[in-house]
Amino acid sequence: MAAGTALEQMSMARTEESFSDEFSTLVTRHRPQIFRFLLSSTRDIDLAETLTQDCFLKAHRNWSSFRGESTAMTWLMRIAINLQKDHWRSRRMQFWRQTQTHAVDLEVAGEWLPSGERSAEQQLLARERVGQVGKAVEGLSERQRTVFLLRYVEEMELSEIAGATGLNEGTVKAHLSRALAKVRAKLGGKR
Amino acid sequence: MKFMKKFAEFAPSGWHLVGMAKGKDLAAPAVGRAAHEKPFSALESGLDESGLDKFGLAETPLDQTLDDALANFRLSIHAWSEAAGNRQRPLLAASPQRRLGRLAVGWALGCVLAAGGVSSGVWEHHQHEARIAAARVAEYERQVAEQRAQRNREEEENLMAKVDSDVSQEVPTAMQPLAQLMIEDQTQNQTRNQTQDRTQ
Repeated sequence: MAAGTALEQMSMARTEESFSDEFSTLVTRHRPQIFRFLLSSTRDIDLAETLTQDCFLKAHRNWSSFRGESTAMTWLMRIAINLQKDHWRSRRMQFWRQTQTHAVDLEVAGEWLPSGERSAEQQLLARERVGQVGKAVEGLSERQRTVFLLRYVEEMELSEIAGATGLNEGTVKAHLSRALAKVRAKLGGKR
Repeated sequence: MKFMKKFAEFAPSGWHLVGMAKGKDLAAPAVGRAAHEKPFSALESGLDESGLDKFGLAETPLDQTLDDALANFRLSIHAWSEAAGNRQRPLLAASPQRRLGRLAVGWALGCVLAAGGVSSGVWEHHQHEARIAAARVAEYERQVAEQRAQRNREEEENLMAKVDSDVSQEVPTAMQPLAQLMIEDQTQNQTRNQTQDRTQ
């Protein structure tokens, strides 16, 4: 009986250790992507960091209930999107607590554009266009922006976006199409 | 997939549907996409279920621009995110100066609060004492006034009593002649009556 208990304890310890390792790998692998999405979505570094921490905290609590029906990334992204929604909702509700946000304009996103092997003129033009895209993205509705960023920044498949946002693929396509049309219009194309 | 196949029929020759072989519907932007691959934006921007371009924007010069802009936007966001993720975060608790500063501020605040508490206590005590003293003075003054009034009343009563007694003593003497006259008058009347009785 004592031997059995010791074995069980060892097995439990090993399970916990493997769970910890697994989760640690998950964090290492997916944290940058989650943070990037939240950053591009909220445009606030501190808020993005906080929401990323919350996302992984929530994931850690619910890791045992993750059944693997979708990829871990899709699951994490879904948590991140919901956290972001909750954040905006609580901000809207608590309108009297209009704290100063540190959000920056996506219009200046071009400043981070790597110079690459472009000439100064090309670089300037590229930055200007990135700024225009950023401005257009800011003007999108919350859902359109989420779908757009997941698609064009995180390069997720439509099925993954559908899984992460809880929408069906048709709706995702529609949102994406509208978002892209707005970005295109901003870049000077006709609608 | 169905509409992509349809689109493949409509698409001009030379178009390559990125990711189609892997079962992907639409291609995401990819940096360094092969030159022969067609812009993804043209594929997904205006497609409806029928596979037709409802915006009429397929294969326009803007698509290349849009493609480049989206790819650059992606690069920018990645670079920003990387820079933000690697930035140095100040560890507030680890800085001894900050800790000392906070300690000093804490002590200063504590001292101010203690001094405030003590001084307010002392002030309150003084106020209480002053209130008691004022009440005592008021009580003493009231008693003095009462005593004075009592004394005045007594003096007045004594005076009145004296006046009464003086008057009661003086008045009989002053009325003596009148009383004498009345007595004499009575005596004369009696004598006259006795004389008349004797004569009868």
